[in-house]
Amino acid sequence: MNTFLRNLTPGQQVGLLFVVVFGLLLIISVAAFVLSLQDRHEDDLHTQKLKDFNGLLRTSWVMCMVFWVGWTLGETAATVLFGLVAFFALREFITLSPTRQGDHRSLVLAFFVVLPAQFALVITRHFDLVTVFIPVYVFLAIPVVSALADDPHRFLERNAKLQWGIMVCVYGISHVPALLLLKFPNYQGKNAFLVFFLVFVVQSCMIVQHLASRRLARAPIAPNVSKSFEWTSWLTAVVVASLVGGLMAGLTPFKPAQAVAMALIACVAGSMGHLVMKALKRDRGITNWGSEGKSVTGASGLLDRVDALCFAAPIFFHSVRWYFGL
Amino acid sequence: MSMFLLGLIRLLTGAQARWQGCPPKAEQRIYFANHQSHVDLVLMWAALPEELRSITRPIAAKDYWTKTPFKKWITTAVFNAIYVDRVKTGEQDPLEPLIEALTNGDSIILFPEGTRGNHEEPQNFKSGLYNLAQKFPQVVLVPAWINDVQRVMPKGEVVPVPILCSVTFGAPIAVGAGEDRGSFLARARQAVMDLRQT
Repeated sequence: MNTFLRNLTPGQQVGLLFVVVFGLLLIISVAAFVLSLQDRHEDDLHTQKLKDFNGLLRTSWVMCMVFWVGWTLGETAATVLFGLVAFFALREFITLSPTRQGDHRSLVLAFFVVLPAQFALVITRHFDLVTVFIPVYVFLAIPVVSALADDPHRFLERNAKLQWGIMVCVYGISHVPALLLLKFPNYQGKNAFLVFFLVFVVQSCMIVQHLASRRLARAPIAPNVSKSFEWTSWLTAVVVASLVGGLMAGLTPFKPAQAVAMALIACVAGSMGHLVMKALKRDRGITNWGSEGKSVTGASGLLDRVDALCFAAPIFFHSVRWYFGL
Repeated sequence: MSMFLLGLIRLLTGAQARWQGCPPKAEQRIYFANHQSHVDLVLMWAALPEELRSITRPIAAKDYWTKTPFKKWITTAVFNAIYVDRVKTGEQDPLEPLIEALTNGDSIILFPEGTRGNHEEPQNFKSGLYNLAQKFPQVVLVPAWINDVQRVMPKGEVVPVPILCSVTFGAPIAVGAGEDRGSFLARARQAVMDLRQT
């Protein structure tokens, strides 16, 4: 089995990975379909659960399709695709953070200059600039544009909102396709595995944490932000997901110990990021960015799906570059 | 062109329609909504399902929408809009083009405030809605609330920014037997405002 895998070209290996992932999704979808046939709508709670699960399944299909299309079309197309995801995420973020008329020019700058520029830097592999462009240059430029709009009302707060939106949605997401463009020695054509590693490890961490906190049911650390976050289940999740990362070392350019360390970094960043995004949501008085399309704004909840990744990607990317001197 | 425009609007605003008080249906209707931006007209048009879009004509202010050849072309060729004079000129009844469209069986989109407001609450409604409702009792009056459009393109700006917007359609209302102009218009305005937080 192992030699068989080793003899495949990198392209075939990545292709095989997608076959496995799509195969699993197909099996789960068929199972869910069969279950829905048995559902006689007698138990409302059960029906609702099934509905929620189907929603989750649909998002998984879409996400996998995005990754697959990105991989088949090549790195540039993948980066553009992630640029679109960032655009929709930022649109959702801004919609739910009330802005004033004085912010209009800054918003134009964010959507039509900063966002394309950041992804262009990724495509052209200007990685040093990718890391500093937004936190240094954009963060100083946004308040200038806002000040020129002549509206001092809640100035600091409004700028912080916009800067946070850009940081999470544009900066965070742009580091996912940046992973595809990193040049590891002896790892040509296999960078898709690196993205898969990051996404899989962070998602396992979130799922384990969710399950563990249900089972343990301890007092939450920050009940006003999250009703489920507490250290024991968090630690369990991070340890389990890091070990999962270690098992996946064969897919990555890392040695097993390095893979565990990298997974650990990604999981800590991702789970903490998820908590921060929860605090942001609580501040806005919402439980979900999308609330399943029922909200007056029509947001679809894209941010709920990518929030952990938004935090994990830049830190993972930076650690990898720094440690391996790329 | 209309496909391109529709795509652009969806990309910028999502243009989501929420049918809360009534389903989208091909009957003759007057949709009336709050008015805060020129984009309102475009958004209402984009939020309607395709089969209704072809039989529904928005009202456009003549002085603004015929100012440049492009604006004129887009309102006639794409939106199939009805032009209305905002400034009264002599004897002509400003409602005349609307009466003509309703007689032809078209549905229309009306902004009863008459002009764009920039406050949270809509201004008082002008009497046009009442007069049309009296003249065409068979036409269904559907209130609508347009959410967040003023953030997409505030007064005086030219570049729109992407903000998700939605149009909420409420339950139809009708003029009560013997109801006077003032109370009907207040009720219609309230029906629009009630859709804000649903």
